[in-house]
Amino acid sequence: MGVAVLLKQVPDTTAKIGISGGRVDESSITKWSISPYDEYALENAIKLKESGHGDVVAITCGPARAAKCLTEAAAVGADRLIHILTESSFDSIQVQSLLSAAVKESGCDVVMCGKQAADTNSGSTGPGLASSLGFSCVGGVTGVSIDGGVASATRLGPSGLEEVEVGVPCIFTFDKGDSELRRPNVRGIMMAKKKPIDSLTPDDLGVDASNSRVSIKSHSSPPEKQPGQKFVGSESVPEVVNKLRGEANVI
Amino acid sequence: MRTTVISESSNGALHPITAQLVGAASSLGGTITVICPGGVGSSDAAHISGVTKVISVEGDCFETYDCLAWSKSLSPLVEGDLILSSSSAIGRELISSIAASKGIPVVQDVITLTDGFSVTRTIYSGKAIEEVSISPPCAISLRANSFESAGEGGSAETTTVDVRQEVSIAVKQALARASERLDVSEADIIISGGRGMGDPANFTHLNEVADVLGAAVGASRAAVDTWDEIPHSMQVGQTGKTVTPNLYIAVGISGAIQHLAGMRSSKFILAINKDPEAPIFGVADYGIVSTWEDALPVLKDHLAELLSN
Repeated sequence: MGVAVLLKQVPDTTAKIGISGGRVDESSITKWSISPYDEYALENAIKLKESGHGDVVAITCGPARAAKCLTEAAAVGADRLIHILTESSFDSIQVQSLLSAAVKESGCDVVMCGKQAADTNSGSTGPGLASSLGFSCVGGVTGVSIDGGVASATRLGPSGLEEVEVGVPCIFTFDKGDSELRRPNVRGIMMAKKKPIDSLTPDDLGVDASNSRVSIKSHSSPPEKQPGQKFVGSESVPEVVNKLRGEANVI
Repeated sequence: MRTTVISESSNGALHPITAQLVGAASSLGGTITVICPGGVGSSDAAHISGVTKVISVEGDCFETYDCLAWSKSLSPLVEGDLILSSSSAIGRELISSIAASKGIPVVQDVITLTDGFSVTRTIYSGKAIEEVSISPPCAISLRANSFESAGEGGSAETTTVDVRQEVSIAVKQALARASERLDVSEADIIISGGRGMGDPANFTHLNEVADVLGAAVGASRAAVDTWDEIPHSMQVGQTGKTVTPNLYIAVGISGAIQHLAGMRSSKFILAINKDPEAPIFGVADYGIVSTWEDALPVLKDHLAELLSN
């Protein structure tokens, strides 16, 4: 029993990303948030708890600043908080090893996370973790309920939106659904501030932080667009259409 | 160098991105094995130029999409220094799962790939570009339309492998059919609407232009958040899809930073907006200051006329 929800702290989607010395300049990022798809995972984890599927264990992996997203999760109802403290960048296998150890320790049989994080946009963690834990994996879901060890989920599958059944243990990766995200109340915020966070290091979890097989060489800004040609009024549409073929050669 | 390509399928046939995956693999040299889950498109895969071998993997487990079951079926057949897949939703999941089962790292949605391996990809949905090096063996998913397709004319030998794998996911009910429309992440041309369209019913005007062009229809986050009729699968931008079509037509979209991030790398951008100060004009190659009501009918007619010639 129990739901582990994996939360990643990312620059808020409204934030501008500055580059300095060939690297993303984190000091230029003014606001950090829980990755948007992870927020849907959190909301649905709390719903599952309310329907009687044990406690919610919120887990994050990241530097000291990431603790904030655990406290935010506690404010809306997460029962236990685990922070895997990492300072350097890890490859997908290392991240999955860390999370796998934390999920095993939590004893949870259901894991929820976003279908991808808003920073790397990768989407490797959910299915990769499922494979290493031997859990089933249902991706791109918008809602989950569990009855007697069998979960029902709504997912956007290859042939459309469908309702599927799957046994637990299982990992669900969330898409944006129509779930209304709850906001914490004052009491929740006050209680969350007092909630202890279990801090673990990669060493504690038996993962070697030094051997990432993926290394970042550089970050850069996308090429600036040259100012384009501007036209006024719908009477200019035929001219622009001709340019799409003659100049741009795209139609 | 030995590369295994996980083929992509759609509607029971080989998806064209498979030839792009082979094209990218060919640029690295060595042997290329294409693995076809469920055997879909295996004869077409064998005809792609540069393919050394095709493995058609067949079994009941491929009737329902179950990431873990598929990955367990395919993983023992995957060999070599590099695994490639498409960065579609299923492509990403499968390659993550296979990579994890082999204990090798995966890098997703790559847009350039050079020997060795050095790859580039966009991060923060296009607000920045990241160059990473990966030591093989490793797994990489590639973004659609970022690599040259390999041509036809191959005649690779095909092996059929029957697998038995327990499936843990059962489809109980189909709630809505997948859209017949092309997905924005695969399209060469996209026409997107924003809240400036005024009403979700007005997206039919975008559909009409899209039909003329063979384009996909997208939407801004504002449109998706405002109108239930516009599904999130159409959303372009951060928290939606990052796209790089040849032509992106933005209609009634002002150009919020998170939308620009997701579409600014398009080869050509045409913006139609009644507000001459809209930020979308800052990234547009061609900007037309006009209401969509005035511009779209003319656009449709002239495109139809041009394309019929």
